[in-house]
Amino acid sequence: MNKVYAGFAEAVADIGDQATVMVGGFTGRGTPSRLLLALREKGPKNLTIVRNDASGGWKNPIDVDILIEAGMVKKVITCFAVFGSPKKVSRLERAALDGKVEVELVPQGTLAERIRAGGAGIGAFYTPVGVGTEAGVGKEVRVIDGREMLLEFALKADFALVKAYRSDSLGNLVYRKSARNFNPLMAMAAKTTIAEVEHIVEPGGIDPNDVMTPCVFVHRIVEAGNGE
Amino acid sequence: MASKTETLMTIEEMAERVAHELDGDYFVNLGIGMPMLVANHIKADKQIMFQAENGVLGVGPRAEPGAEDKDLGNAGDENVTVITGASFMDSATAFDMIRGGHLDSTVLGGFQVSESGDLANWKLPNRKLGSFGGAMDLAVGARKVIVMMKHVTNDGEKRIVRECSYPLTAKRCVSTIVTDIAVIDVTAEGLVLREIAPGWTPEDVQKLTEPPLIIDRAKPWTVQ
Repeated sequence: MNKVYAGFAEAVADIGDQATVMVGGFTGRGTPSRLLLALREKGPKNLTIVRNDASGGWKNPIDVDILIEAGMVKKVITCFAVFGSPKKVSRLERAALDGKVEVELVPQGTLAERIRAGGAGIGAFYTPVGVGTEAGVGKEVRVIDGREMLLEFALKADFALVKAYRSDSLGNLVYRKSARNFNPLMAMAAKTTIAEVEHIVEPGGIDPNDVMTPCVFVHRIVEAGNGE
Repeated sequence: MASKTETLMTIEEMAERVAHELDGDYFVNLGIGMPMLVANHIKADKQIMFQAENGVLGVGPRAEPGAEDKDLGNAGDENVTVITGASFMDSATAFDMIRGGHLDSTVLGGFQVSESGDLANWKLPNRKLGSFGGAMDLAVGARKVIVMMKHVTNDGEKRIVRECSYPLTAKRCVSTIVTDIAVIDVTAEGLVLREIAPGWTPEDVQKLTEPPLIIDRAKPWTVQ
């Protein structure tokens, strides 16, 4: 089974309308920007995007908000929808205020755990985070160990776009420093995981001790080089 | 509002005061924005392992210009370094540390804190959309939550209130509030005024604070 794709366009060619797409990264770090550009080019409509920060505006100009600007997104599940200052309006905020995009705001640790649960075959879990806040509206509350907790459901996706530092041609991934973030979780939670990697090596080129995402979770790999 | 003898502590002085509040803590998360200044005021002989919720335990000083690493930042996307003994982790593990009660303390910004320690810090009431970031998880999970905020808004509106009118981040989570005029502890018996800035009287602080303060233990501002 060959997982190595020659180009980004081929790697995203079957992402169609209505797909749910998880996008790794935390600000620009660990963000698969070449895959995002290829997806914008392909142009599917009514996507649901799952992504830590969707406000854009960080140092890396290629972010999920390019898909929002292109009118390809119907819903975003995220922790960051707006900038801190109300004076600066994010593309997502504008689209949401215009009624074009639905936003589901999730506390960051809950988002991470929902994605991990999705990849791990767990249906839902209880967490104390969000009780008594807007994050808890409409959710089941149960007292566990004397503490109120919210029922939160797992998240799964059709596709995950992740960014890694190295991969072997089998799809064993290694991330670098704080660019790891949501990438290993999302890689587990999608039917098809597409990895943009800086370098591809032969099998055996990565010590099994160092593999962070085992190849069972990765379906396509594209080499990007280490340029931005 | 302040007369000639009353001084408002600067943001750096507040950060210095918060740093003193971390004595004895080792695993600490500093929230995005103003709390990040606290790191500059930790004494050299004090060991603190700063956690950043994007997946770094052991955040060091900011990277020198030219020495930035595109794969290394803190949760506010600043280019940082790491200290000896640091580790990297994915976001789920980073929040296991936070939610699981493994951090000694966190320092967060605030819009409002209530008498019972409820915190509102993620959205202004007139804004339709907001960002939770990791604030809810930190407020619920850290063993000690220190809120660093100005005592009143720029319009003079009180921020320490009986009940928060702004959208809540978490209920009953705040341990201590450090403002530009006071240090206040949230306790079972009520809000205890622990320290006051130079030139201020406990009665002055009370006037700018909605719930009643327990003032008989108030001491002068600690200077390191």
